Amino acid sequence: MSRRTVLRDHHGERYSFQLRLVVVITGVLIGFAILLSRFVYLQVMKHDKYHTLAESNRISLVPIPPSRGIITDRNGVVLAHNYSAYTLEITQSKLGEKLDATIDRLAEFIDITAKDRRRFKKLLDESKDFESLPIKTRLSDEEVARFAAQAFRFPGVEVKARLFRQYPMGESASHLVGYIGRLNDGDLKRLDADGRLPNYKGTDHIGKFGLEQSYEQVLHGTTGYEQVETDAGGRAIRALNSTQATPGNNLVLTVDIKLQQVVEQAFGERRGALLAIEPSTGGILAMVSRPGFDPNLFVDGIDPVSWKELNDATSRPLNNRAIQGLYPPGSTFKPFMALAALETGKRRPSDAISDPGYFIMGNNRWRDDAVHGHGMVDMHKSIVVSCNTYYYRLANDMGIDAISNFMGPLGFGSRTGVDLPGEKEGILPSQAWKRRAFKRKEQQRWLAGDTISIGNGQGFNTYTIIQMAQSTATLVNNGVQYRPHLVQYIEDSVSRERRALETVPAKQLPYKPEHIEVIKQAMVATNMQGTSSTAFRGAPYTSGGKTGTAQVYSLKGAKYNASSTREELRDHALFIAFAPADKPRIALAMIVENAGFGAAHAAPIARKAFDYYLLGKLPSQEAKPAAGAVAPTAEAQAPIPEITSHSHAD
Amino acid sequence: MLIKRLIKRFVDPIDPWLLLFVALLVGVSLMTIFSASNQSFDKINSKLVSVVVALSAMWVVSNLKPVQLMWLAPQLYTFGMVLLIGVALFGDITNGARRWLDIGVARIQPSELMKLAVPMMLAWYFDRHEASLKLKHFAVAALLIGMPMALVLKQPDLGTALLIGAAGFYVLFFAGLSWRIILGGLAGLAVAIPFVIWPLMHDYQRERVMTMIDPMADPLGNGYHIIQSTIAIGSGGVFGKGWLKGTQTHLDFIPERTTDFVFAVYAEEFGLIGNILLLILYLCVIGRGLMIANNASSLFGRLLAGALTLSFFTYLFVNMGMVSGILPVVGVPLPLVSYGGTAMLSILIGFGMLMAIQRDRKLMKS
Repeated sequence: MSRRTVLRDHHGERYSFQLRLVVVITGVLIGFAILLSRFVYLQVMKHDKYHTLAESNRISLVPIPPSRGIITDRNGVVLAHNYSAYTLEITQSKLGEKLDATIDRLAEFIDITAKDRRRFKKLLDESKDFESLPIKTRLSDEEVARFAAQAFRFPGVEVKARLFRQYPMGESASHLVGYIGRLNDGDLKRLDADGRLPNYKGTDHIGKFGLEQSYEQVLHGTTGYEQVETDAGGRAIRALNSTQATPGNNLVLTVDIKLQQVVEQAFGERRGALLAIEPSTGGILAMVSRPGFDPNLFVDGIDPVSWKELNDATSRPLNNRAIQGLYPPGSTFKPFMALAALETGKRRPSDAISDPGYFIMGNNRWRDDAVHGHGMVDMHKSIVVSCNTYYYRLANDMGIDAISNFMGPLGFGSRTGVDLPGEKEGILPSQAWKRRAFKRKEQQRWLAGDTISIGNGQGFNTYTIIQMAQSTATLVNNGVQYRPHLVQYIEDSVSRERRALETVPAKQLPYKPEHIEVIKQAMVATNMQGTSSTAFRGAPYTSGGKTGTAQVYSLKGAKYNASSTREELRDHALFIAFAPADKPRIALAMIVENAGFGAAHAAPIARKAFDYYLLGKLPSQEAKPAAGAVAPTAEAQAPIPEITSHSHAD
Repeated sequence: MLIKRLIKRFVDPIDPWLLLFVALLVGVSLMTIFSASNQSFDKINSKLVSVVVALSAMWVVSNLKPVQLMWLAPQLYTFGMVLLIGVALFGDITNGARRWLDIGVARIQPSELMKLAVPMMLAWYFDRHEASLKLKHFAVAALLIGMPMALVLKQPDLGTALLIGAAGFYVLFFAGLSWRIILGGLAGLAVAIPFVIWPLMHDYQRERVMTMIDPMADPLGNGYHIIQSTIAIGSGGVFGKGWLKGTQTHLDFIPERTTDFVFAVYAEEFGLIGNILLLILYLCVIGRGLMIANNASSLFGRLLAGALTLSFFTYLFVNMGMVSGILPVVGVPLPLVSYGGTAMLSILIGFGMLMAIQRDRKLMKS
């Protein structure tokens, strides 16, 4: 390389390089001169101005947090709102002594409970030293006055007026409304990544659960700010100029809170979920998940003991069972299987089988709950009496992939897209699914036997209550499918203008009207003279339904006996229903966990919901319909089938 | 005797001037970070670890011969391009940008490597075609700059793309790109900004430019950094508030005060005098770098040394300009002073190359 260089016009090239070097040096010097003159400008010419600004940061920008949007039900009943209250706050970095000493001294004249202390310690762990954190919220006027007299003794402790979120309904509808909680590091990082952090200056809460979380951006509003002149102690003297905050927008829900509460009361202490939909819009009328919890606990930061209680409880009160609980649908799957049979041409309504009380394939027997069978069973009867044998055979004739291809578009096994976080997907089994789900080769193959119990909603399949409710609504809405949703309108908090969400159907499923009519008729007959007729006796409207019982636990040859089986291992009671039959205004799916027989435990709750929603009738306390009266005799005494995936017909 | 020879072997490749300036700047860095982190020895310790690592890397590189650097240039460039394409296809998304590549053991940011690999590659290319530099060579060189720039721009990381472009452009400039093209390009750019570049920019990039023009337009968001850092600098005055006494710093008004905005802390505590001393220190580094470039025995050495030095200038100019509010906020640390190991590593590796070029000349002389 150097050899080549020597041969070249070494000097000429050097010269041109050096010429460029001179240009570069000039450029660099100009750059330095620009920087230097900027420094001189800031540090000498404008020094006085910046000195004043910095001196106790005299002009400070105080963010004005917006007030959070209000949530109301479809009739304007308030489910979440704000109120102003005084809080006693401590800034740890400004304390002149140990934190505990300050709290002890405060406790001499302000009631600070052990719970408050635990809550405060937890907040402290999650926050920075210089943040002002509430030791006690909702001070009484008297307490404010008492503190004001002593304030000089407590540097770093202040009384502040703040807006608080309150959920006046308490436990009711807690899973859907959700709650807000204090911003933590994870929230801040997420907001920063989205570029939304500046809007949260001055805000210390964010939606953590339910609608409060999924509509956070709608509810929060826009932060304003005020330029404030302060004295050396940081106290504001006067406001210089300000930009007002824009309050967050309100949510108007599709939910009828009265209906919600009727259902919640009907559940009582029992665990379970119910989801009611308006079929013609997809609007959710009630979304119940029991047990519930009090969202107000979370607003000030929940204390660790209560949190542990809620989080560790075996009944999982923090789970929204309506969208997160996964259950086999049991016999509530039969109407959809029947529709599949009609649509795929596998059965005509009049095709009948003779039911001997079991179905045999190879060396295996699948039992019906009626030991001697139901005699001749056509499609209508198969739904009304809930004949298992009919559906064992149907499932076998259709094959798993045909079932899966039909149920997929109806919404089984995929998220409905409801406007809440954390919705589960469930499992709609198929050959492809089994290959994905299992690791070992021999387990991956779909066996013909796997298909049989799917016809009765048992086996590998699990769905959410919202999927079952949506499918029922789609069925009775003649195949017009809506996305289930909770928010009807977003209301502008200033102009009160309402913007409707969701008016267009998600899709139209191509079912023949006469096929749907067969299924609806059979479901109406089920409520009139079939498995759920007791619960609907004397109703002034016609309704349709289908009961189901889902097995929790495989008994492996032991006898199932509801009274002797441990409660958490007892069967789940399921029910799907709609009313009125000719033009349904409400469709629902529900489960009562570990209750046993669907007709006895689930259907009466649905009856109360319909009575309230269609007739405006509130359930009277003494009229406790039939729960327990209809003993699940047929079921309790049923011999246990040889196959572990047994199914109860009901 | 043996020990003496060993020491000589160890010290020989090091350029004492550059080492002195680096040492002084690291001293400034340690003092400022100590103050900015509210006197955290943890930060100082981890900064010291990255200094030791970076200095070792510098020493290793300074032992190479320019011929070896030339051999490395196309390899590094190709490797970097492969990584960049990898990032574009499989990169991890952090803060909405796809910049990192997870290679199992660590996550790397290939665009950082390109800041060194692009000037090396171009210097190598021009050196190969030294005897007959024509316009077409400049066109190929422009392509060599354009490809990595486009990939980095897609991440999207406008700041780094521009820095890579600048490093490449400096090589073109030193190689003798005709003035007509340079001036024409500048004029074209001036026309393109309002009509082509502005509409193509992302919203957040436009916001940053708007913030620079009027920080008060969004004082809680983008303007906040600039307002607070200008207050810090301005309130420092001529003599500064003294080490550990900056009020803006200690009242948490300055964001990112150990990293990109560390200069605001320094300027508040050491004042105009401190700023002038720091500028002089940087000027010394640049002077030494350009001197090495001027003395280099090969075209490769001249171009690489010149481009690396000018890149160094660019970093400090962009950072100080941003912190003092005359340039938009882009994520460029203050070279050798900001906390953060990667930037320090790549700068000291660059210095290692300068030393290698300088040593080569010494060897030729003797």
